[in-house]
Parts: sequence; C-alpha cells; structure tokens
Amino acid sequence: MPNSQIHNMTLVELKKALNEKNLSSREITETLLSRINDFDDSVNSFITMTSDQAIKEAMEADKKIANGDQTNLTGLPFAHKDLFCTKGTLTTCGSKMLHNFIPPYDATVVKKLKNAGVIMLGKTNMDEFAMGSSNETSYYGSVGNPWDLKLSPGGSSGGSAAAVAARLVPAATGTDTGGSIRQPAALTGITGIKPTYGRVSRYGMIAFASSLDQGGVFARSCEDAALILGEMAGLDELDSTSSAEKVPNYLESINHPIKDLKIGLVKQHFEEGLDEENKKNLLSAIDTLKSQGAEVIEIDLPNIGLSVPTYYVVASAECSSNLSRYDGVRFGHRTENYENLEEFYSKTRGEGFGAEVKRRIMTGTYVLSAGYYDAYYLKAQKVRQLISQDFKNAFEKVDVIAGPTTPSPAFELGAKMDDPIEMYLNDIFTIGANLGGFPAISVPCGFVNDLPVGLQLVGKHFGEESLFQCGHQFQQLTDWHKQTPEQFK
Amino acid sequence: MSINKDEIKYLSLLSRMDIDKNEIKDIEEKLTKIIDFVDQLQTISTDNIAPMAHPLNQSQRLRIDEVTETNDRENIQKNAQQIEKGMYLVPKVID
Amino acid sequence: MSSQWEVVIGLEIHAQLAAKSKIFSGASSSYGGEPNTQACLVDLGYPGTLPVLNQKAIEMAIRFGLAVGAEISTRSIFARKNYFYPDLPKGYQISQLDLPIVVGGQMSILNNDGEERIIGITRAHLEEDAGKSIHEGFDDSSGIDLNRAGTPLLEIVSEPDISSASEAVAYMKKIHSIVRYLGICDGNMQEGSFRCDANVSIKPFSQDKLGTRTELKNLNSFKFVEKAIQHEVMRQIEVIEDGGEIIQETRLYDSDLDETRPMRSKEEANDYRYFPDPDLLPVIIDKDFINEIKDSLPELPSIKKERFIESYKLKSTDAEVLTTSKQLADFYEEVKKLTEIDAQIVANWLIGDYTAALNKDDLDIVDSKISASDLAGLLNKIADQTISGKIAKEVFDAMWKGEGSAEVIIEKKGLVQITDDSEIENIVNQVIENNPSQVKDYLEGKSQLLGYFVGQIMKETKGKANPQKVNEILKKKLI
Repeated sequence: MPNSQIHNMTLVELKKALNEKNLSSREITETLLSRINDFDDSVNSFITMTSDQAIKEAMEADKKIANGDQTNLTGLPFAHKDLFCTKGTLTTCGSKMLHNFIPPYDATVVKKLKNAGVIMLGKTNMDEFAMGSSNETSYYGSVGNPWDLKLSPGGSSGGSAAAVAARLVPAATGTDTGGSIRQPAALTGITGIKPTYGRVSRYGMIAFASSLDQGGVFARSCEDAALILGEMAGLDELDSTSSAEKVPNYLESINHPIKDLKIGLVKQHFEEGLDEENKKNLLSAIDTLKSQGAEVIEIDLPNIGLSVPTYYVVASAECSSNLSRYDGVRFGHRTENYENLEEFYSKTRGEGFGAEVKRRIMTGTYVLSAGYYDAYYLKAQKVRQLISQDFKNAFEKVDVIAGPTTPSPAFELGAKMDDPIEMYLNDIFTIGANLGGFPAISVPCGFVNDLPVGLQLVGKHFGEESLFQCGHQFQQLTDWHKQTPEQFK
Repeated sequence: MSINKDEIKYLSLLSRMDIDKNEIKDIEEKLTKIIDFVDQLQTISTDNIAPMAHPLNQSQRLRIDEVTETNDRENIQKNAQQIEKGMYLVPKVID
Repeated sequence: MSSQWEVVIGLEIHAQLAAKSKIFSGASSSYGGEPNTQACLVDLGYPGTLPVLNQKAIEMAIRFGLAVGAEISTRSIFARKNYFYPDLPKGYQISQLDLPIVVGGQMSILNNDGEERIIGITRAHLEEDAGKSIHEGFDDSSGIDLNRAGTPLLEIVSEPDISSASEAVAYMKKIHSIVRYLGICDGNMQEGSFRCDANVSIKPFSQDKLGTRTELKNLNSFKFVEKAIQHEVMRQIEVIEDGGEIIQETRLYDSDLDETRPMRSKEEANDYRYFPDPDLLPVIIDKDFINEIKDSLPELPSIKKERFIESYKLKSTDAEVLTTSKQLADFYEEVKKLTEIDAQIVANWLIGDYTAALNKDDLDIVDSKISASDLAGLLNKIADQTISGKIAKEVFDAMWKGEGSAEVIIEKKGLVQITDDSEIENIVNQVIENNPSQVKDYLEGKSQLLGYFVGQIMKETKGKANPQKVNEILKKKLI
C-alpha cells in the first residue's frame, strides 16, 4: 500500500491495514508526522508535537501486532486537544497561564485511549480555556480553516478539527461546552460528536464550565467516531458526574437500519437566523434520511431562543469559579512584578489570562455577586430547566432532533472578534444540547459558497447509538464527508 | 443595564485580575453588551420552576473512606516556581 | 461587667471528622506529616481534577445530627464559597449553604448557677478544611502547607442562645463530649481538630433588636474561648458606653496579648458568590441508611447520666462528670460490675484519686496504668474490710507505680487491716496510758480530742486498724 495514501485513510481502514500487516504503525506515524511538519506552519493546528514518543510507541505497537497482542486501537495515530492533561507533556489549554504546565497525570480519556493503543502525535490548538468559537483566543495563535486558511475553523476545538480536516491526523479529541466540537466539525467538513453529559469522564479535562463540559471526538466518518467513543466512554470513579450507564458497542449498532426512526425538525430553526443555502442543504439531508424510512415530525422547542443568554450566564458563572485556582502558586504563570499578596494575585491573573477569558470571568463574577445572583444566575438555572424540559417533551415524540449545526459556514478570521454577542450567536443551534446534557453529532451535509456546513443530530440521554446510526446511514448515501480541501488532498 | 467603571474595578478586585487602564473602556463596553444580551432572560416567567444545576437527574456517588494517595510531593512541586522547605511560597500573608 | 447589657453569643464549631482520608480525595487526613506530603492533586486544585465525596463524612454528619435531635436532610447539596486566600488552593471552599446535611437540634447545658439551659443548633454542614500559612522562617514570604486542605470538617452552628462566656464554654465542652462519644472527632484541640469561631454582640436588656456582632476567629482552647469572649464583651461595652458604634467585622484573638484585633485579611466586603458546586451532585440519603445509623448510635451522655443517677443512685454532679467521656463512663461501669462496694464509692474513687493520677501523668484513660479489674480488686479489699479506705490510697499509689495487684501489695507490705477487738483494745489501752493529760482534758469536755487518740492509734498500727472499731472501743474506754 503506498504511503502517499495514508493520510486519506480512515481509522477503520488503517486498523485493517495494520492487522493485515500492509502498513506498520511506524510508517503511519512517520508519514503523518512529516505531513504535520510540512503543513502545520500554515494551519497552526498543533501546539505541541510528541514526535519522538510517538515513534517509540509506534514501534512498540508494531511489536505487539507482530505478536498478536494488539488491543482495539493499537498503533492508530491520534491527537488530543490541549485541554486534556497528558502526563509529562505540556498541557497549555491554549493559555499563557499554563504555558509551562506539565501535568503529573493523564486525564482518564487519555489513559483509556492509551490503553486501547492509540499513538498520540501531539496536542492541538484551541481557544484559551475553550472559551471562543473561532480559535482566535488561543495564546498560541489562531488556526486556519483547511478549506480557506483566511477563515476560522471554528472553536473552541479548532486545532483538532483543522488537523483532522487537513488530513494531518485521522481523529482527535475535542471538548464541547456550547458547541466546541460540533461547530468546528461543521465548519471544517468533518464529523464530531459530543456525547451525553456524563458519558465520558471529565477527570483530567481542564474545566471551563463543569455542568456543560463534555469530551468527545472528531473523525472523518461516523464509523471512526464510534470506534473511538467506544473506548473513551464509561464510568470513572474519579468523576462523580460520570455515568454508570453501560457503554454499548457503537460499531455494532451503527449498521442498524433507520427505518421507523422518528426524526424531529425544530419549528424554531426555520423561523430565523438560518440562511437559504443552509436551509436547502438541511432539507435535502432530511430527504436522504426519509428515503431510508425515517419518519419526520415537526417539533416545538418554545424556549430555545433563550439558550444563548442562559448559556452565557451559567457557563461564565462556573468558569469564574473554576479558573480561580490559577494563582501562580502551585503551577502555571507567576508574575514577577508585585509588592504584596493582592498584587501578586491580580498581576499573575491579569498577565496570564487573555481578553476573552477575562471577560467571561468578570461576567461570571458579576452574575454570582451579591444582589445579582437571583436575577441572573438563578434565573438562568430556571430557564435552563425550561429548555431542557422542552427537549425532553420533544423526545417523547421523536428519537432524534435534526437541524443545522451552525447558522452559516466558516467566517473570516478577525470578523467577529470585536463583537462578543455576534460570536456567541455562532452557537445558537448547538447550546441547547449542552444545557440539557443531550448527545449531539455534526456530520457534513453539503456546501455553502464552497464551504462545508453540517447537519446536527441531537439524541436522547445516552442515545448516541441513534446518532451514529443516522449519521452512518447518511454517510453511506452521501459523500460530503469524503470531500477534502484542495490544498490537503 | 450598563456596567460602569466602578463595577469593573469591583469585579477586578473580586476576581483578583488586574485590568490595564487601556482595557477598561473596552471591557466596560463589551460587558455592558453581554449583560444587555443576557437580560433577555428577564422576559420569561419562571415562577415555580426549579433551578437546574445538573443536566442529569443523578445523585452523588460516594467514595469509600480509604487512603489511596501516596506522597508525590517532589514530582508535583516541579510545576511550582517557588518552593522552600517543601512549602509553596507566596508574598507574606498578613492575617 | 455592667449588668444592663445582655450578651448574645452564637458559636460556629469546626470539628474535623475522624475519617482516614480527605473529604474529596484519597489523601491521608492524619495530622503532622511533612509539609505537602499529604496533599494530592485534588487537594492542590490541580487543573482537571475533580472531587469525589467520602462516604464516611456523610455517615459521621448523620451520627451527629441524630445525636442532637436534628433533622437529617434526605437531599443535601454542596456549594462553592469563592474567595482568594493562599491556604485555599482552588480559590473556593466546597461547603454547604442551602440544604445542609443536618438541620436543627439542640443541646442542654448547665450554667454557672447549675440551671439547665437549652442551646439551639441551627445547622451542621460538611465542608473542606483549608491548608496552613506559615509566617515564620521565610524572609518576605509565607510558606503554604496544604496537608490539611480537604480534611473533612463538620461546622456546627448554634443559635444565638448563649448569654455568657462561661455558657459558651459549657456548650462547647458538651459538643466536644458528644463528638467524641460518637467517635466522629478526636477532639484534639492542640492539633486544631476541634475549634470554634464566636459571634458576639451586646444589647440593652430592654431592647429586642440584636446589636451589631463581631466574629472572633479560630478559638482553639476552652480557655481562649472564655477569655476572648470576655474581652470582646468588655470591649464592646466600652465602645458603646463611650458613645461609639460596633462595626461588624472579623477579629482575631491574640492569646499572647490577651486581646482581640481586627483581621486585616477580612477587611474588604465579603462577597462569596456561593453557588451549587457543579462537580458534585445532590447527596440523596435514604431513610433506611439513617435508621441503620440510628440503631448503631452509642448511648449518649445525657441519657447515660440519667441512667447512672437512676440505677447507681449517684449524685447528679458525679453522674455528669462520669459521663462526660464515654471511656470514663465505660470504665466506671466495668469497675462497678466487678465489685460489691457501694456505687457512690466507686464514683468517688474515679473522680478523685484515679482522675488525679491520670492528670498527673498526663494520661488518657485508655493508657491508664490500672485496669478496671485491678481497681475493682482494690475496692473489693475495702469492701471485705481487708484494708481501710485510707490504706487503700497507699495501695493505689503502689499499684499506679506498677508494684502489682492490690492483693500482692497488701500482702507484701503487710497492710491487712486489724479488725480483731482484743488486738485493737490493747493498742487503745496503751495510747490511753501514754497520754494522761489529753485523757484528762478529754474527760473534762474537750471532746474534739477523740480525733487525736484515733490519730495516735493509727500511727501505732500504721493505719491498719479498722477505724470504726477504733472509734467504738475508744469511746467505750474513755468514760
């Protein structure tokens, strides 16, 4: 098999080639590392490369395969968003605050995937502390969208999305607090799933907003995403919010037909904010699913319009508290410029955090402070209940809710940096799933102005199987997910 | 609802985050926009609605009372920049 | 203290729970390790780490709640209290605000006049302890030791029902006794396992509205609680009588200077921005679990005291002392079981000589040098008149020094009591013979000289003569 094809292969294909000994893990690893070396100057999708370690591990993987000792993912190349703690490897969370942070432990997700056999090529770029929708708040520079490097790949997991879209790595982890997996997946033409809250352990995932954060995966097909998620998911004693719900075999159920599956179309999605081209793509995607026997039902999410403001109150409040630990004492950036304790704290934090993070911390501090708690934080928690209940009511009637992932395709870098609200509204279709903890996937469903857009499917709690099933059937009938940016073919 | 300079200073104090003089105006503007935006929440009635703190209706799992951690001070403290006598250093604390 | 002022005190007692591990991590919660050797990644607030609640902490809080007649919340939540301080690694303390695990309850105490007073308990909630800042030994810095960070604490908040420093101490001692009975706190105040903050205010008796209160922090001995409150009350009276106003503030008691002063670090407005901790789910406690704990509760001091009065016919004050500590009470009952002697005599021994001996050697009852059965052995020798109570004290001292059992010591030292009438008579005659002038005085009416003769006889017999018989025979002879 020619090495020139390695970067276009999916995980499932690579796994087959490894097991049939048509390729070695070392070949795969070295090919992709050299590809990253050649291309990533322009994309900037990686913050840290772990090349030496990767080659070493690939050689060990080859030995295992030779001995027949391989596990499910042995020798497969992978990347982690730089928000997952990796023992002995710099973990910055896209921030100056953690420019020197080397975790002494692996996140549970990292550990599980390592045990399953993946080879980590490096850590990917991201918005600072996962706060952003364009990957422009990263201390390590913005990331280019492989479809047009002047455009944003979306965020916050922009590095992982761009790396997978540019065929630098077949799959990578992401985290999704308000759309940070699905939005960049849609804008870069790949598949990305945010599982049910609690499906994947948050231990070792540097927290942004604890009640919304959930780890997930980017890949170039639903099949690959299912393969990875099966290894990532499951109960973790170190995360009390992780679920004991049994992890099904996603790869097995992915082929089940979607005949009789009930798909909901949200009335409100068509009322405002969705551009015509996007709508056309969406409706044609729905027709494809219908052609397989799925039943389409209109549903109502009356309070979904408030999801973005609800999210900005809840997420900011939680982040303002979660980020208090960065004080320069035990890890991370420490100011050299202080007279006393107060100044030490405020300089350390003033220097270490970027503008967007500061705004969110201040917003969160504001909504929790004396006199505002009820009007903002408590109110938002109640509206969250309403929105979540809307979804639950809808799921009485349907198995999956379909809609657009984003209002429009990728935008230019810099275009929305001056208006936080405009930036926040990028997540208008994705945030609802986080508020209610529902699983959601984005799969490529067409192009608008030559740029990819995504179909979002939201499922019931622990209904990942339906999402994979739907997405996979769709990918059997379409080739949107196989489209490759010209520059990276 | 607008956020004024004094509130910005108070928030900066509460969150122990130095705000550069040049940044204050920008923060003031953007925070005002954000708060205006989230003020939409006031348009809906939430009487008798229970606040929702967690997406799943689960209860806390408890840990058995066992010591599972061993001393890893040396390794852990590699991330700290100022250590003396095994302790983390901070500017003098005055009670 | 001017009598026109009514003093209003509420205590917040912090009891470290005697769990092996921290409240949210698997690090050891034992005291005294080298700095930061018992602070794991969770305790240090390392990025990505998460808290997992210790079941023991919940169980112990429930035990306390049941013991003070409180209601146990079947649904309880943890909240974050946000503030920056070097001993608080995460920038927030995980505590409870709404829905604490223990709600209500009460404690009865005896005030200085021996009257019973009921002190209400508002709530008791679980939280994590902070680390320690060390100020000495670093140039311009403080050193931070986070071993204590994350140690489980039960904060017991009283109603403002306490009206004097001595009542505050009585209440605190009572809680101290309860938590040790329950085995949920070692009560070691030197190590900070049991400490309290006091909210103190004064108001004229005629006024209903409470005065402005100050909070006294970190009072870690009964003596300091008493002194700090006394001083604070005096200070407040002085301020008000001088026409001033009390400012609501946190004050630190300085035991060296014996005064309170405002805490600099707490000067700014407290805006703790409490909100439910999103890393921890609601704790749901089912009724069966509560009942199970209820069934396993030990007999509590107040009940035990009543039983001691009832079944042993003890004086109320003695029953109170004996039941202050479970170990002492158990020891008492064990001795009592093994001896026929009057229950009150056993109590006298335990409260008197035995406690004195423990105190002298600074020993805990579990480290006592005389076992319950040995002590019972000694008391049995009094009961069967082998020795007198007085000789028993000598035997006790020898036993304490490890010279053997009562039997052995009496035998070895020849301390068996003289009860033989004729033998005592001989000695009495001898003493009368040797003291003619005292006999004369006695017969002329100086009846108090009887004690002198008894003393002489005891001296002759090295205290071995049976005192009742000596008295009897002396009186007979001296007519």
